[in-house]
Amino acid sequence: MRELKILAVVVALTLITYWGVEPFAHSQMHPHVADADYKFADVDGLNGTKGDPVAGEALVTANCTACHSIKSKGFPEVMDNASSAAAYGVTPPDLGSAGKLYNADYLAAFIKDPAKASDVSHKFVDGRAHPMPGYGWMQPQEIADMVAYLQSIAPKEMSNKEVFTDACQRCHSIKYADMQKGTMAAFTPNDNIKDYMGKLPPDLSQYIKSRGHEYLETFINNPQKHLEGTAMPRVGLTKDSQDQVITYLEEVGDTSKAQREELGPKFLIYMVIFAIFAFLWKNSKWREVH
Amino acid sequence: MSNETNRRDFLGYSFAAVAAVGGAASLVGMKRAWDPLPSVLAGGFTDVELGSLKAGTPVTVSWRGKPIFLLKKTAEMGEAPRDLVIGSDRFTVAIGLCTHLGCIPAWKKDMWKCACHGGEFNANAKNTFGPPPRPLDLPPFSVKGTSITLGEEGPEYKKIAATMMA
Amino acid sequence: MAKFEKANSVGEWLDQRLNTTTFNKVMMTEYWIPKDINFLWAMGVLLATTFTILIISGIFLMMYYKPDINLAFDSVNYTIMQEVAFGWLFRHMHGVAASVVFLVIYIHMFTGIYYGSYKQGREMIWISGMLLFMTFSAAGFSGYMLPWGQMSYWAAMVITNLFGGVPVIGDALVVWIRGDFNVADATLTRFFMLHVFLLPVTIMGIIALHFYTLRIPHVNNQSSEEFDFDEEAEKYLAGNKKESKVIPFWPVFISKDLAVLGIFLIFYFYLVFFHYNFAMDPVNFDPADNMVTPAHIYPEWYFLWSYEVLRGFFFDIAGFKAFDIGLIAFAFANGIFLVLPWLDRDPAILPAHKRPAFFIWFWVLMADLIVLTVYGKLPPTGVNAWVGFFAATLFIILFLVLPIITKIDAKRRGSL
Repeated sequence: MRELKILAVVVALTLITYWGVEPFAHSQMHPHVADADYKFADVDGLNGTKGDPVAGEALVTANCTACHSIKSKGFPEVMDNASSAAAYGVTPPDLGSAGKLYNADYLAAFIKDPAKASDVSHKFVDGRAHPMPGYGWMQPQEIADMVAYLQSIAPKEMSNKEVFTDACQRCHSIKYADMQKGTMAAFTPNDNIKDYMGKLPPDLSQYIKSRGHEYLETFINNPQKHLEGTAMPRVGLTKDSQDQVITYLEEVGDTSKAQREELGPKFLIYMVIFAIFAFLWKNSKWREVH
Repeated sequence: MSNETNRRDFLGYSFAAVAAVGGAASLVGMKRAWDPLPSVLAGGFTDVELGSLKAGTPVTVSWRGKPIFLLKKTAEMGEAPRDLVIGSDRFTVAIGLCTHLGCIPAWKKDMWKCACHGGEFNANAKNTFGPPPRPLDLPPFSVKGTSITLGEEGPEYKKIAATMMA
Repeated sequence: MAKFEKANSVGEWLDQRLNTTTFNKVMMTEYWIPKDINFLWAMGVLLATTFTILIISGIFLMMYYKPDINLAFDSVNYTIMQEVAFGWLFRHMHGVAASVVFLVIYIHMFTGIYYGSYKQGREMIWISGMLLFMTFSAAGFSGYMLPWGQMSYWAAMVITNLFGGVPVIGDALVVWIRGDFNVADATLTRFFMLHVFLLPVTIMGIIALHFYTLRIPHVNNQSSEEFDFDEEAEKYLAGNKKESKVIPFWPVFISKDLAVLGIFLIFYFYLVFFHYNFAMDPVNFDPADNMVTPAHIYPEWYFLWSYEVLRGFFFDIAGFKAFDIGLIAFAFANGIFLVLPWLDRDPAILPAHKRPAFFIWFWVLMADLIVLTVYGKLPPTGVNAWVGFFAATLFIILFLVLPIITKIDAKRRGSL
């Protein structure tokens, strides 16, 4: 009986210390932020306009393919990665999947004013311009048509890796995804992207571990929420696409998760059996001495 | 009889002394094995061009693995004994490590603020608030025209260091 | 050479040459431990087990770890965690054990303080134990540097910087410890040497010393009663086991240890598989960057109380700089436990619940250490800084008044 009281005291003090040092302290260091807004309610988007993909095709072909490839429609890259990085600061993404990856209102807002929609206007000051020109001078219907076209040509299904490659890899490397051949470096060479962004965008190999699910959800959806003044643009991913990105980060950063979750219960069951036998043996020895 | 005892003691003590000298010499040798390598001592020179700096916003460069803050001062920032004067420009040159416990303070508009324990340093690198016990340290440097070489102790460095000691 | 006759078994053969039967009696079956003990007495074996886990998991980690600033992070987080079969398990076991060992050390230490197991006759047990705490702390600190993450680098930066506070030779001392002007490759490799060789070997030696210091004074018991071990041993050997106040180390004492160990390992492996962030801090999954300080730097939880004493003094007092006061307080906090046997001026050996003033002192100390620990983790701004200041000051006062507290108990009891 007394031993149980002592155990209760030890457990209580341990739990109080644990609570203070972990959940409590971390809540102080990382104050709660608002949930992710997958509707992008604050952007000047489509405003309900319905787009015509046929009309959109002509507009996209005429206005976008000078810088952006659309490999699925036969528009290859105009320059290789190194050259386009030198020219623009960052390699322009292929538009073949943009219609699936990005929220439609966000896309519309982005086409009209890239720096504003992606929340990086604060970086383009003193005569520095965003490498992509804005198309705010177009009619709202034309913008909606281009978005509709991009949505029509986008694949219905994409693997997690494909989503990452299209949405993130032009700036971020994730070397653990291919340490042997090194194919998962950022598309933009380091010097260019460092110049363009102000500092080198971090390698994301261990970001699932260093940031965790919850933080990544709100951060990718709106970087400024966690890091005010950051150079990372708001990318405009839909919830599904963002979930795929985070799942990919987990696949690359925490490869042992499945094995760990499978082996854990087995170890614990074994230890319970071990403890039962240990107690039985202890009781047999102490029966003689009490 | 007492002579024999003394001789035995004397031999014992002298032997102990010889062993101790050997031990001490070994320790000195071992201590020196932990000293920074010649390549580390020699590699500590970095050239920086100050002429192209924009007034009011500091630039950070790396010297000997440490961040070095270089700030071209604006007119509002006034004059200070620590200033490095090159022509009509005044510069603050400082090792960018908080003098409290070594974190890197961040530039916030018109001063450096250290996130670790709230220490603050003004544009002259002087400690103005919080636990830091002294201003940001001065790295050795020599001046050649409008550029400086970090690591060499030039006359300008010695003069500023002397005013900081006072 | 002694005369040897033909042995009838392997056991007898070994006994003729090594006297194994006597050794077995002395170390095991006739090594007498008090019977009046509770599960807290098992912490020693828990520590030995956890230390063994650290050694073995450490051996496996060493086979793949690369002590080079360019290779260390990936050797841990890619090679060991993702490629080596069960590499992730060894790393998790090592990291969690390194953290949990300090929980058990603190329980073990405070059990000793509560029951007066540091007093008359047992000072060497206490001192060797405190030396173990210090060497384990050094091992924890040096080990944490090895993955070369952001926390590894900046903790090394802050702690090596402290030596700059030493008068006259401070700055040169910092450079000498680091082997470079900054925390760099030379620092990593020498701390690797300390962590995998010098410290473990030293710890093993001090453990042997700690076990030896227990033999003559004997292990303490729940009522801190002093009795004649030889008399009680004779009762036991005569068959009077129920009346005897002692039990043999093997098999009786060990059987209780193993039962407690069984429960402990359930808790330990639960942490290893399902709840390990407290031991493997997320910040350390960012590779070290000497040009970027993380927004929040903090040591591992077991150093927090001491860290808070260091930074608790955040303003100058009576001409003394805050930094210097903090450094002296820090040195005091880490050394004062060593002299606990001499600060306690009560001649009687009793558990705390039989020493009224000491009982209060003990629980105030526990509360203060928890406050220091929690506030050592929080950002030291506003109210937090003041709580830290008062908690740190209280800690120092507690030890300064201990002689008075213990004399009060002794006088009231009539022992003085």
